[in-house]
Amino acid sequence: MRTVFVTVGTTCFDELIGTITSSESAQALKARGYERLVLQIGRGSFVPEADSCPQIKLEVFRFKDSIAEDMKQADLVISHAGAGSCLEALGAGKPLLVVVNDKLMDNHQLELAQQLHVDSHLLYCTCSTLTETLRSMDLSVLQPYQPGQTKIFANFLDKALGVQ
Amino acid sequence: MEVLCGLTLSVLFTILFLIIRLYITVKNGPKHQPGTTGSVSVLVVAGSGGHTSEILRLMESLSAAYTPRHYVIADTDRMSEEKICTFERSRQHSNSEPQFTICQIPRSREVHQSWSSSVISTVNALRYSLPLVFRLRPDMVLCNGPGTCVPLCAAGLLLGILGMKKVLIVYVESICRVQTLSLTGKILYPVSDYFFVQWSSLRDKYPKSIFLGRIV
Repeated sequence: MRTVFVTVGTTCFDELIGTITSSESAQALKARGYERLVLQIGRGSFVPEADSCPQIKLEVFRFKDSIAEDMKQADLVISHAGAGSCLEALGAGKPLLVVVNDKLMDNHQLELAQQLHVDSHLLYCTCSTLTETLRSMDLSVLQPYQPGQTKIFANFLDKALGVQ
Repeated sequence: MEVLCGLTLSVLFTILFLIIRLYITVKNGPKHQPGTTGSVSVLVVAGSGGHTSEILRLMESLSAAYTPRHYVIADTDRMSEEKICTFERSRQHSNSEPQFTICQIPRSREVHQSWSSSVISTVNALRYSLPLVFRLRPDMVLCNGPGTCVPLCAAGLLLGILGMKKVLIVYVESICRVQTLSLTGKILYPVSDYFFVQWSSLRDKYPKSIFLGRIV
């Protein structure tokens, strides 16, 4: 069953959850062949009813110890712009659509989403353009992402601190 | 009047002394190599959400020499606690004692909080940070940007200023930051011993920073 996984990390992002479960968005997902929508809603106050989207099978949860399994099962990941969620999705090799929360006080998250978008690793949009993006996006333009080299950091630190 | 003058002078001298001590503490950072004694105790500021994931990726790369590990999380953050426990369980050897602790302090700043009330809650967080850092006396503080870093690093600096213990401040700017440093980064840039950035555009703006490419 082709699945879309939506994740907001530890934030609350009611606008994203509200938009993705609107009948227009659900219709757009259905038209692309997605049949199942899994929502990780974090601290959000808006909790969609399981039967609120007749077009698509809906599952909702707040938090899990690990969302790795949900990422693995997904054919498309829609995420807030948090680094952890973005990098987890890219690390799992999933097509990623980032929805930027333009209501945040200091919208630095845009920088990373834009840079990774410039490097063709993800698509990005805001809540107001989400439905349109779901209709028109082309996932075949995305390039695979190479994870960061933590070992280089560890080696540097070992040397600097004199660790044997 | 004379008493007042004397008082003002002594306050000024104390401040000057502390500034000089701060300068010396920061300047001598790179010469300090706690690793030569065998193990490096680390205070890891996990913060919340994406910050936690990033810092755990860094922790994953560090050898067993970085022991014990004390994680500090915001007291409203259950998800980080679970992530840390999962991570630590995965690297624990079957027979050994767990080499980590988790400490909770109040959040410095929620995402939607205004600047003025941020200041108040940061001062509040300092009340918790000072006793914590003075008790643990870590060799280094590893942090990557949540507001909680600032009071914890300040407490670490104070240990150095008072000559009690040199606490290395290792700051890794979040991969989120491509063009500008975070507020925390801007505050900690002058006092960090090792300040890492992950995009070349930041290295160009901040010459003291260390750029090794993307490291998380």
